[in-house]
Amino acid sequence: MTDAAQRLQADGDDGTSGSSDDRASRSSDDRASRSSTGRRSADGAPVAVVDDLTVTFATDGGAVDAVRGVSLDVRPGEVLALVGESGSGKSVTARSMLRLMPETATLGGAVYLDGTDVISVGAQKLRELRGTAGAMVFQEPSTALNPVFTVGWQIAEGLRAHGGVSKKEARATAIDYLRRVGIPDPEERVDHYPHQFSGGQKQRVVIASALALEPSVIIADEPTTALDVTVQAEILDLLRRCRDEFGAAIVIITHNMGVVADLADRVAVMYQGEVVEEAPAAQLFAAPQADYTKRLLAAVPRLEASTGTARRAAIAEDVTPLVSARGLEIEYPGRLGSPAFRAVKGVDLDIRPGEVLGLVGESGSGKTTIGRAIAGLTRITGGSLDVLGTEMLGYRERDFKRHRKDIGFVFQDPATSFNPLLTIAECVAEPLVVHGAERNPRAARKRVDELLEAVQLPAAYGDRYPHELSGGQRQRASLARSLALRPKLLIADEPTSALDVSVQARVLELFLDLQQDLGFASLFISHDLAVVGALSDRIAVLYRGDMVETGTTAQVLGAPQHPYTQRLLASLPVPDPAEQAERRRTLEALERAGS
Amino acid sequence: MTVIPPEAIESEPTKPQAQRSAKGGGGLGRYVLVRFLLIFPTVFILVTLVFFLMRVIGNPITASVGGRLTPSQLQERLHAAGYDRPVFVQYLEYLGNIVRGDFGTTSTDNRPITEIIVTYGGATAELVFYALIVALLFGIPLGMLAAYVRDKWPDVLFRALAILTYATPVFFGGLLLKLVFSVWLGWLPLGDRASTRVSLILDNIPGATGIYIIDALRTGNAQVIGDVLLHAVLPALTLGLLTAGIFLRLVRANMIGSLGSEYVDAARSRGVRESRLVRTHAFRPALVPIITVMGLQIAMLLGGSVLTETTFGWRGLGFELNQYLSARDFVAVQGIVAMLAVIVAVTNFVVDVVAAFIDPRVRF
Amino acid sequence: MADTSLVDRHEPLWKRLPVVVQLRKSTGWQRGMLVTGVVICALYLVVALAAPLIAPYGFGQLQGADGQSFPRTGSPSPEHIWGTTVGGFDVFSRVVFGARTAVLVVVVAVVVSITIGVILGMVSGYLGGWLDRILVVVADAIYAFPSLLLAIVVSIVISGGNSSYSGGIVAAAISITVVYVPQYFRVVRAEAVRLRNEAFVESARVLGTNPWRIMTRHVLRNSTRSLPLILTLNASDAILTLAGLGFLGFGIGPTAGAEWGYDLSRALSDVASGVWWTGVFPGVAIVVLVLGVTFIGESLNDISDPRLRARRRLKQLVSRRGATSTEGAAA
Repeated sequence: MTDAAQRLQADGDDGTSGSSDDRASRSSDDRASRSSTGRRSADGAPVAVVDDLTVTFATDGGAVDAVRGVSLDVRPGEVLALVGESGSGKSVTARSMLRLMPETATLGGAVYLDGTDVISVGAQKLRELRGTAGAMVFQEPSTALNPVFTVGWQIAEGLRAHGGVSKKEARATAIDYLRRVGIPDPEERVDHYPHQFSGGQKQRVVIASALALEPSVIIADEPTTALDVTVQAEILDLLRRCRDEFGAAIVIITHNMGVVADLADRVAVMYQGEVVEEAPAAQLFAAPQADYTKRLLAAVPRLEASTGTARRAAIAEDVTPLVSARGLEIEYPGRLGSPAFRAVKGVDLDIRPGEVLGLVGESGSGKTTIGRAIAGLTRITGGSLDVLGTEMLGYRERDFKRHRKDIGFVFQDPATSFNPLLTIAECVAEPLVVHGAERNPRAARKRVDELLEAVQLPAAYGDRYPHELSGGQRQRASLARSLALRPKLLIADEPTSALDVSVQARVLELFLDLQQDLGFASLFISHDLAVVGALSDRIAVLYRGDMVETGTTAQVLGAPQHPYTQRLLASLPVPDPAEQAERRRTLEALERAGS
Repeated sequence: MTVIPPEAIESEPTKPQAQRSAKGGGGLGRYVLVRFLLIFPTVFILVTLVFFLMRVIGNPITASVGGRLTPSQLQERLHAAGYDRPVFVQYLEYLGNIVRGDFGTTSTDNRPITEIIVTYGGATAELVFYALIVALLFGIPLGMLAAYVRDKWPDVLFRALAILTYATPVFFGGLLLKLVFSVWLGWLPLGDRASTRVSLILDNIPGATGIYIIDALRTGNAQVIGDVLLHAVLPALTLGLLTAGIFLRLVRANMIGSLGSEYVDAARSRGVRESRLVRTHAFRPALVPIITVMGLQIAMLLGGSVLTETTFGWRGLGFELNQYLSARDFVAVQGIVAMLAVIVAVTNFVVDVVAAFIDPRVRF
Repeated sequence: MADTSLVDRHEPLWKRLPVVVQLRKSTGWQRGMLVTGVVICALYLVVALAAPLIAPYGFGQLQGADGQSFPRTGSPSPEHIWGTTVGGFDVFSRVVFGARTAVLVVVVAVVVSITIGVILGMVSGYLGGWLDRILVVVADAIYAFPSLLLAIVVSIVISGGNSSYSGGIVAAAISITVVYVPQYFRVVRAEAVRLRNEAFVESARVLGTNPWRIMTRHVLRNSTRSLPLILTLNASDAILTLAGLGFLGFGIGPTAGAEWGYDLSRALSDVASGVWWTGVFPGVAIVVLVLGVTFIGESLNDISDPRLRARRRLKQLVSRRGATSTEGAAA
């Protein structure tokens, strides 16, 4: 079965599907009339209605009700935000709207798209509805695009699946939409493969492929969660244009209240499979009714410039720093023939005893690399890095080894931070055993219990295995482990990025308390300025391996100097629609001023 | 057989941050170069392994014909062949010979290995080719079908059949097929590549390639062609169905994997029909690991051809190898095995390059 | 690959053993396949152990207790339920003793190759460096080469052409080991490489834990999760390789022991004259054993993969408005 033969077969199949003759006869006039009137001709009537939807999954542990009687409607030309944390059922609801459920799921209730119930309709009609009545934008753009086909092919495929479009027409439409979503040189890039685009551009391509079908409603499932803050702002802008210029109705699923404030017209808050509150955006933020909504809004970290310095006495300037970097360079050797990749290009920083330094940057900035270099996980290749008295350039492990007990590290992903085969107590006891403070995990149990208590976990959790704890609990246990030896320096690499908002708030609070009690210094790495602002004394901003700005929290957040910092700050959405609208204007001004 | 894609073996540490992959058409060129260079160590290792293993049993000449010669005759032979020199010197000379294409001479009937390869290689190539066709024809479409109807009874049936063909050793399968089709039903010939008369014709036409089907087509004689094809049916089926079973399970597993990806869901959300999702969307990404394993399968086919050729009296390399094995002619064995190592390494290289060609991530 | 949540680590040890776990968690035909496989293998194990009790005659026996020679190529009869071979041996007895040979060789070979493969794979994968690169190239070279041919070569070397029973077993076992170590090596190494970058291993490294402790405590047990599956796949391959060796005359001679492949090679010439019992019975014995082992492997693979695992279906009624009643059948 040669490749060519396959392609021939595939081409022959398009547009000649027997049972969709009606589709084939759909003239281009139909499409024109639809797009000119906006969406559905029925004025004001909702384009999508979710009616008492229930979704149950068959899992190893029994039946799980993911969605329990959710009812929503989406009106033409509006953005409805579906907000919730993990386990709320928001993603499941979204996917159910196009009946994109695995076999282990059972659906009840009804979802009306363009007047037809998606849940009960037959396979053929469902296929017709998908893409035209509703189209989806997925969270992770790199997995939503097939890596072995060009983007143009993938966009065109959706068009031709609904019949009546020739290859040429489909390609022209694809180029058109690529241009509309802001991809430069679309005539050329339509033949490029997904991996030749950046993350943000890939997401634009995915949006284009959804838009090209001119659906009545676009369902966007966490479309910006996997993107950097600055890119997120651009994509949100694009979605706004979709609503304003194309007249599309959008259902956006997210856990980020800032995104909601930026984009949504109406908001529905979900918790454990049910909608607990539904209101227009301004109203929800100003006067939340449900308890859960209030808790959720309260947990969102706010950008307050004053936090850092107000909390503690000024750190003395002349104390020898624990960590000192001058012209730090870290390079990764390229593979056969390709140039080396410079992750860090000459960075200066200091961390003094007892202070929290926040390291901020987007992906590719080098912030994690620096954290790892300080912990001795990655070798530095140039400049100087002094960690607790040891020069890290070309260091020997046995020289550094005695300092390792003074360094603690908390990782980003709670799921892989623990050996799945050991109990929590055994994991937390590990530092004590390795450094000889205790003989074995059993002997260390008393101290382990104390540590667990310090992070507000019941001592009984020590007997549990990692997968039996929630993400937040695991991060707290991770904190306990890293503090077991009372380290002088704690490096935290995006410790709360993988957690829900409310859980994140608790963990950050805990971190603050512990830092004040134990007085350790910390390098807090994050991409979220608000989080960093809440905890740090000083902030350093990184961009593509260079440190572009550094100063106290008040300075950096209150009066940023460097254009990148300003842009970063302006891109961060805040959970207040009015304020967010204001910030959007600032961002636009910044971009127009040039980048 | 477990399928481990080569990517899992790359020993490169993962970078903590997302790194933009080096763009540019150099990707494919570099990949081809690296893979090409890998041929040499691979062959080198295998050839060395074989050489020293053979030396462990003493020298091949003594082992094979030692009993029949007087001590002085034996010494003479050993000296003539150079076996009384230090092992390392012999090894270097052996390597040097291989580089020049000289794989040695058999000790039982004094023929250069290269001549044996050329004479009988065509027959084995023909058999492997037939078997591959059978395997691809049955294995791939059925595998795709099985992935499509996953878990329903046709899928269970296909998998059961695939497991059954895998569990049946090639020589037993051949035996059964011979029993049924040659002895009990009498439809197909018992063995050999062609009837004696036809063999004589094909061996003697000017410029005979040794590949019967090609030579038969060149004669243009329908009877001759028919005869050759009839003789090929059972061996091809025997060797091919076994591989078909492996391909079926491989295709099925990889396609179920890619069918579960987000991009297939994304296409489904756009209203693309299921059959097309299976045929196009899920199949193409699954192709790369499939092609890679195909390379390994060719090696397996070569091994299997020894057994098949012996079962059916198909006079190819495998058959000859068996003859030499029985005669305990270890020089011949060593030479043929070394040659096969080269063939396997080159085949894998070609297959890897083809796979890389299909995967645009490497190309661009 | 395997799902940690599948195993409740608080349960007693026997409930956490590989096959037992899957047996308890599976349903439907996946379970049926697993059970069938286990039954078949158990049966062969019993036959192998109790061979002298089950077989009516010895494998090299040519005459009965009364001194009467066995008929040559005799068709199945009450005294020889599966007939006799051209050499005069009783087919049934030889098949039964053949089970013993097969089980012995495969068990020895698999145990040895797993041990070597796992240790090498783990050390090589975790430590990396030039040792790793060399081992990978070597393993790939061996892995890519036709296993049967390599086994033949090794077998020749070891047995030096002689064919005593223990010599034959050792030769076959070692040759299979050599051929399959690369497989375990590759799998365990791939896991070790993956684990090297996992957060909990890096956490141990930041701490300054010495490499040996990291390997034994963190890497080893986590990288062997897919081993039961590989084990079954290789066991079935090993059985086929052993038969292949025997077929080509590199196994165990008829008077030294019983081996199915060898019997099949003798039976080949019988086929032309329509004598089927000398080949069919040993052949079927091979097929059924390999089927059994492969069934276990396939179902282990399916059940361990959460995407493929069949779950007890919920019976329910889908109604258009509201009420969805579910009769959960999950235990």
